[in-house]
Amino acid sequence: MISPLEMEQSRLYTQMGMTDDEFQLVKDSLGRLPNYTELGLFSVMWSEHCSYKNSKVLLRQFPTRGERVLQGPGEGAGIVDIGDGLAVVFKLESHNHPSAVEPFEGAATGVGGILRDVFSMGARPIAILSSMRFGELTTKRTKYLFEQAVAGSAAYANAIGVPIAGGDTQFDDCYASNPLVNVMCVGLIRHADIKKGVAEGVGNTVMYVGAPTGRDGIHGATFASTELSDESEQESPNVQAGDPFVEKRLMEACLEVMQSTALVGIQDMGAAGLISSSSEMASKAGTGIELHLDQVPQREPNMTPYEMMLSESQERMLLVVARGREAEVAALFTKYDLDAVAIGQVTGDGMVRLIHKNEVCAEVPADALAKSAPEYHKPSQEAAYYRAQQDIQAEIAPITDYGQTLLDLLAQPTIASKRWISHQCDYMVGTNTVLPPGSDGAVLRIRGTDKAISMAVDCNARYVYLDPYMGGKIAVAEAARNIVASGGMPLAVTDNLNFGSPENPEIFWQMEQAVRGISAACGVFETPVIGGNVSLYNERSGAAIYPTPTIGMVGLIDNLSHVTASAFDRAGDGIYLLGETHPEFGGSELQKMQNNGKISGRPPGIDLEIEKRNQDLLLSAIRAGLVTAAHDSAEGGLAVCLAECLMAGKTSIGATLDITTEDITAFLFSESQSRFLVSVAPEHQAAFADLTGAQRLGRTTDTGRLDVSINGAPILAIPVGQMRTHWEGAIECLLTAED
Amino acid sequence: MKFAVVVFPGSTGDADMAHAIRDVLGCDADYVRHDGSTLDGFDAIVLPGGFSYGDYLRCGALAGVSAIIPAIKAAADASKPILGVGNGFQILTEIGLLPGALIRNRDTKFICGPAVLTVENADIGFTNKYNPRETITLPIAHGWGSYYADENTLATLKANNRIVFTYQDNPDGSAENIAGIVSEGGNVLGMMPHPERAVERLLGSDDGLRLFQSILQTWRAGV
Repeated sequence: MISPLEMEQSRLYTQMGMTDDEFQLVKDSLGRLPNYTELGLFSVMWSEHCSYKNSKVLLRQFPTRGERVLQGPGEGAGIVDIGDGLAVVFKLESHNHPSAVEPFEGAATGVGGILRDVFSMGARPIAILSSMRFGELTTKRTKYLFEQAVAGSAAYANAIGVPIAGGDTQFDDCYASNPLVNVMCVGLIRHADIKKGVAEGVGNTVMYVGAPTGRDGIHGATFASTELSDESEQESPNVQAGDPFVEKRLMEACLEVMQSTALVGIQDMGAAGLISSSSEMASKAGTGIELHLDQVPQREPNMTPYEMMLSESQERMLLVVARGREAEVAALFTKYDLDAVAIGQVTGDGMVRLIHKNEVCAEVPADALAKSAPEYHKPSQEAAYYRAQQDIQAEIAPITDYGQTLLDLLAQPTIASKRWISHQCDYMVGTNTVLPPGSDGAVLRIRGTDKAISMAVDCNARYVYLDPYMGGKIAVAEAARNIVASGGMPLAVTDNLNFGSPENPEIFWQMEQAVRGISAACGVFETPVIGGNVSLYNERSGAAIYPTPTIGMVGLIDNLSHVTASAFDRAGDGIYLLGETHPEFGGSELQKMQNNGKISGRPPGIDLEIEKRNQDLLLSAIRAGLVTAAHDSAEGGLAVCLAECLMAGKTSIGATLDITTEDITAFLFSESQSRFLVSVAPEHQAAFADLTGAQRLGRTTDTGRLDVSINGAPILAIPVGQMRTHWEGAIECLLTAED
Repeated sequence: MKFAVVVFPGSTGDADMAHAIRDVLGCDADYVRHDGSTLDGFDAIVLPGGFSYGDYLRCGALAGVSAIIPAIKAAADASKPILGVGNGFQILTEIGLLPGALIRNRDTKFICGPAVLTVENADIGFTNKYNPRETITLPIAHGWGSYYADENTLATLKANNRIVFTYQDNPDGSAENIAGIVSEGGNVLGMMPHPERAVERLLGSDDGLRLFQSILQTWRAGV
C-alpha cells in the first residue's frame, strides 16, 4: 500500500477530488499525514454530497423554523406537526448521477435511500413522489433513460408497498445526458416515536443490520460531486444495485425495534455508507466510535478497510444498542431473516477508530469528518445570458387556429398525461390515497382522524433559467398552489437543488438567486425548509442543465370534506378565474413549441403578496364549501388548465366560455402566475364571487365539448374526447416513434 | 367471525386487508406469520397481495413452500373460505388449490388502476351479495397477473361456472378475460383485482365491500 508520504508527494488526493488546501486541512486536523484509508474517509465526507461545502453558505438563508417544525435540517428527514399527536416526516433526495449511467438501478436505489431516511426517523413511509427530468423523447438514449428510470423507481416502491402517489415529470433537451431523478418520501409518526441518529452512551454497542457490504458504490458520493464524462459511464462500481425485498424486511424490522428501549440511535448507511453513518452519529452525540471491521458482514472476499468504509451497498442500517441487550435486538431481526451483528462500541474520546486484523488502520476525530469540512463561498457572477434576456420581448407567432394550438400543446410531453408513468406505479397500496395521480396535490387521508395531507413536487426550470430569482419564487408558489387547490394549507418545504458546477461563477450566481427566491417565497407562505438535498455538477461536456431547484411541499387538509379535485364532474356549475392574466410567454410551453424547444425573454412575473392572497381566498372558499373543483393554471396557460379539468372529469361533461378580451392568445396560453380555475355550484356562485372577486368565465355543460367564444365570436370548439386522445396518447406515441 | 391474514416476508397488502376486515366489515382479523403451523380457530383465511419473497424464482413459488402451507391446505379441505388476492392468488395456484398460473402481463409492464369487471358467478359464498352479471370496478396492481391455463382446464372452469370475475377490457392478456376463479368445492377464491382496496367511497369505490359481506353472510348462514 502507498505510504502517506508518497500520497502527499504524488498528490494522490486530487484523484479523490481533494484540493491542496483541503489536504493541508486534513494534515492540520490530524497533526500528521493521513494514511490511505484516512484520506479516503476525508475525501468522501468532505465531498459536496456529504458536506454541502459549496452550498452551505446559501442554505443558511432558508427559513427553517416554525411553530409546527419538530425537526429541521440535519437529521435523516425533517418533521412537521399535524396535530392529534401525529407528525409527518419528509425529504427530497436526488439520484441523478447513478440514473444517468444505469437508470433502472439508479432510480430504484433512489427510492430505497429516501425510504431509509424516513423510516430511520421512526416513521412509517406512506407516500413517494417522484420529480424527474429527461431530454426530449426523440432519441433512443433518452427514451431508454426515461423508460428505465420510471420502471426502476416503480419496481422498488411497488415491491416495498409504499404508494407512488404523485410527482412531476418534465422534458427538455438540457437533461438529455444528465437526467434528474429526485424522490420525495413522506412518512407518518407519533411524536413520542421520533428517533435520531445519535451514538449516545459510552460503552453501548454499535450493530450493523441489513445487506452485506460489497464493493459497489465506492466513492459514490465523490462521483455524485463531479461532472459526468464518458469515462464515468465506465465506472460501473459507482452505481449500486438495490434489493427491495431486503429493504422491506429491514423497514418492518427497524420499525419494530424502534418500539424497544434497547435502541439508542439509528441511522441509514446512505451516501458514504459506514463512515458517514458512524462519524455523524458520534459527532452528533459528542462521542466516539470504535469499529472492528473484521465483524462487518462482507459480500466479497479480501475487502480492505477503505472499501468497506466507503462502500455504498444498499439496504444497510447502523444501530446503537444499549450494552447487554444485543441478543434481544438480534433476535428481533432474526424474525425478519436479517442478521444484526455487533461491530463496535461507543467510546468517550471523540474518535472514529477502525480496527482491522488486530491493527488500528484509521483514527480520526469524528467532528473532523462530520463537521469540519471547509466551506466555500464560490465567486459569483451575474450570467451574461440573463442580462441579454431582460431586453428581449418574448414574441409569439400569430395563431390562426386556437383549437389546433391547444391540441398541440396537450401533446407536448411536459403537459401530456403521465398515465404511462402512473399506471406502472402502485399508487393505491396502503389504502389511503384519496385523489389519484394527476390531481394538483397527491392527497392521503390520515387514519383515525378527519384529516388528510396533500403533497406536491414542482419546479419549472425554464423560468429559473431565464430568471433564477423569479423562478425560485415561482417554484415554491406553484407547489403551494397545488396544495391549496386540493384543499390544503401549506405546512413546510423540502428542496433539492439540482445545478451545474459551482466552480462556474455564473452557475453559482444561479444558485444564489434561486435560493434567494425560494427563501423569500417560503417566508411569505410561512413554509419553512425542513430539509433537503443538493446535487451539483449536473453537466456534461461543459453544458449545464437548467437550474432546477425542485420543491417538495406537504400541506394539511383540516377536514376530509375539504378535499378538492380538479375534475369537472357536474354540468351547470359556474367556471371562475381567480387571478389576473397578462401576456407572459417567456419560458412558456407555447414559446417552446413554436421555437423548436428554445426559450427566451423574461419568465412570468410573480408578486408573492398577490399569490398569497389568492391562495388564501381559494382556501377560504373551499373551507366554506363553495367550490366543486379547483385547478391551478400552470404550463400551457388557462386553455390547458381548462382542458385538464375536463379530461379528468366525466366524459359527458363539457364547458362553454364567453369572454371579452383584446388579447386572445394571452387569455388562452399565457403562463401568468397566481391563477386558479374554479368551478362553483349555482347556489354558491353569489357567495363565491363576493368572497373572492373572481371573474366568471362561463359554465360547465353536458355537451362533452369545450366551446370558447371571444368577444361574441366562437374561436374554439373541441370534443373533450379528442383532447383526451391527444393528451393521453402523446408519451406512448413518442416512445414508439422511430428516431 | 374471525379472519386470518397470512403474512409472508414481502407481503404488502396485509395491512390493507386487515383494515378492510376490521374497520370496515367489522370482523376480527389476526395476522398469522408464514412460519406458523396452525390456523385453528379461524373461520376464514386470507392470502394478501404483495411481493412474497421478493417475487424471486417465480411469483408465489417460495411462499408456496412456507411452513404455514399445510395448515392452509387443511383449512381448504375443511371447507373454510380461503381468499387469495394478487400475490395470494399466485400462491394458491402454486400450491395447487387453484388450477392454472399467472404469467407476465401482456405488455410486460406493471399495471395499476381501476378495472371494470363482470361478476360471472354470483352464487358462491364470496359473491352472493352481488347481482348476476353485475358490472363492478375494482383496482388492479400487478405485473404478473395474466391468467393462463390449458384448453382442458379452461373448458372445465367454464363448464362448472368456476370463472367468478372477468375483465371487460382485458388489461393484462388473461385467458378468457379471467380476473378470478374459484375451486371445485367453491370455498377457495383467487383473484388479481383487489377488493380490499375498494371498501370505502372516500377512496373511489366500495364495490369490493360486498365480497367481504358475502363471506360474512355465508358464514352466518352456516353457523
